[in-house]
Amino acid sequence: MPSKPRKPTLAVWKFASCDGCQLSLLDCEDELLAVAGAVQNAHFLEASSTVMPGPYDLSLVEGSITTPHDALRIQAIRKNSRFLVTIGACATAGGIQALRNFADVEEFTRIVYARPEYIQTLKHSTPISAHVLVDFELRGCPVSKAQLLEVISAFLHKRKPAIPQHSVCLECKARGTVCVMVAQGIPCLGPVTQAGCGAICPAYQRGCYGCFGPQENPNTVALSAWWTQLGVDEAAQQRAFRTYNAGASAFSKEAERHG
Amino acid sequence: MSKGPFKLERAGLLQLLQALKTQGYLTLGPTVREGAIVYDELHRLEDLPIGYTDHQEGGSYRLEQRGDGAMFGYNVGPHSWKRFMHPPILRLFRARQANGDLEFESEGEAAPKYAFIGVRACELQAIRVQDRVFLGGPYQDPHYKARREQVFIVAVNCTQAGHTCFCASVESGPRAQTGFDLALTEVVDGEHSYFVGEVGSEAGARLLDRVAHRAAQEAEWNQALALVDRAARQMRHLDTQGLKERLYQSLEHPRWQVVANRCLSCGNCTQVCPTCFCTSVEDHTDLAGQVAERTRRWDSCFTADFSYLHGGSVRVSTLARYRQWLTHKLASWQDQFGLLGCVGCGRCITWCPVGIDLTEEVAAMNDVQTGRFAPKEAGGAHV
Repeated sequence: MPSKPRKPTLAVWKFASCDGCQLSLLDCEDELLAVAGAVQNAHFLEASSTVMPGPYDLSLVEGSITTPHDALRIQAIRKNSRFLVTIGACATAGGIQALRNFADVEEFTRIVYARPEYIQTLKHSTPISAHVLVDFELRGCPVSKAQLLEVISAFLHKRKPAIPQHSVCLECKARGTVCVMVAQGIPCLGPVTQAGCGAICPAYQRGCYGCFGPQENPNTVALSAWWTQLGVDEAAQQRAFRTYNAGASAFSKEAERHG
Repeated sequence: MSKGPFKLERAGLLQLLQALKTQGYLTLGPTVREGAIVYDELHRLEDLPIGYTDHQEGGSYRLEQRGDGAMFGYNVGPHSWKRFMHPPILRLFRARQANGDLEFESEGEAAPKYAFIGVRACELQAIRVQDRVFLGGPYQDPHYKARREQVFIVAVNCTQAGHTCFCASVESGPRAQTGFDLALTEVVDGEHSYFVGEVGSEAGARLLDRVAHRAAQEAEWNQALALVDRAARQMRHLDTQGLKERLYQSLEHPRWQVVANRCLSCGNCTQVCPTCFCTSVEDHTDLAGQVAERTRRWDSCFTADFSYLHGGSVRVSTLARYRQWLTHKLASWQDQFGLLGCVGCGRCITWCPVGIDLTEEVAAMNDVQTGRFAPKEAGGAHV
């Protein structure tokens, strides 16, 4: 009798991050059994202490590179992975910890640690793509559960992931949410931010915080000019662009303009 | 259907709503939500935006109190009826693997039976435009058709214009002329109001028979017409004289770059536009590879994915995207469908997050003609 085809192996890796993105996978509830049925969980420490040796068919990488040790570790993971997909703002843009890129990280370590000489850290927090070839980058802080399943499913079945790169505005309009910036004058990053979250914040009368990073053609300069008319000062504008995706090129450049 | 103008009190409007519900319609109309007047289900007259109006400018919309009891004393908001007849997200089919075969299930749900209450004249024109797009050619959209065929339309004329309205310029309003079952004009008197109406279809006449009303006197009819006429005189203007030719001759105009510098390419204008109809289809599979489904969703000519052909997007720059939208809406739409794609509702002006105004952009193209493109005439000769 022919043996059953081998299930593709899945590995989940953590770098500098809060674990929220990989927990999104465990948070799949109804779909979790389907995930477990579709892949062999080969290295996923949040789920199981059983670790299988590589190579792995699909590696999901969470977190940014912030230490010399991690810069070496990601190279080994890339070599051991057929497909490498980054999940979340840390892995795709450097995360909130990329705020160090605009300051002196040694000063931070002196303030935070009693013995800063034990700390080996890099000056910058960088995305995975700054170090190795990445097959797909999934945005979000945290990633959307539905998009994560979509990407895993797309790689398993060798099709293109249906992950749009347009603005959050299209999601607001699809769900019928009234624009908070136009109707209430609330500053919103939605027009320059990539969709994917389902436009959660505007549905609760809040402006978008930009968790999914810049959309494919972001005009931050024009949006910022409008924010100025709405009464948002320079410092607040810089803070708005320096959050979870502070290291994303379009957002870091815009933040610099308000320095 | 020989009924002349009629007068309807508020009690009659309530009976009309109830009669529609009795006949199995989902009654949709204006209501206040999230700081705006949107379209949603109407259960009772109190769901209407009684006493509310709106102040609209480029990139700004604010609800305001009118100081009277008008039920329809506002101008169009962020929603249009397109979201009901051409839903933003629609599953087209699902396929599953069974015994080595593919089993297809198409969208099985029966199309909902909608009654639209408070349709403005510009929106009637938008429905005509979408009828032409979805039903006018050799390939009809079955999803739109199933919804459209069952719709009951109660139009309500505008008696005031919003600051971003220009329906009179494109001859779509403010008075509803055709395309409705019943059309009403609200005459407000302090906290009260009544309606002067006309019948537009057999279905409208039959419904009116179930509702308390009487024939309108000539003075009442004339007063209603005067109110609508007042709205026509309050609007901004779009010069439609030779518009198509002017735009075709302005394809290299420096103004496109000026507007591209402001444009966010966020797509809001296309989503709020009551005639924009573009969609993309997405395929999804489940993890086990047993079920696949195809979904259609509203897309926009302002996204890179929308114009992606093999090898890349054909409209990479914001300039190219804005120019595509504006020239399609106002010029090539005429070549494609035989009418203007714009109905003068002003939504793209109000709901542009940075207040870009197409009437201003078109006017700015008028001063210098630097274009070098001339379209082919019907005979094939280059002009």
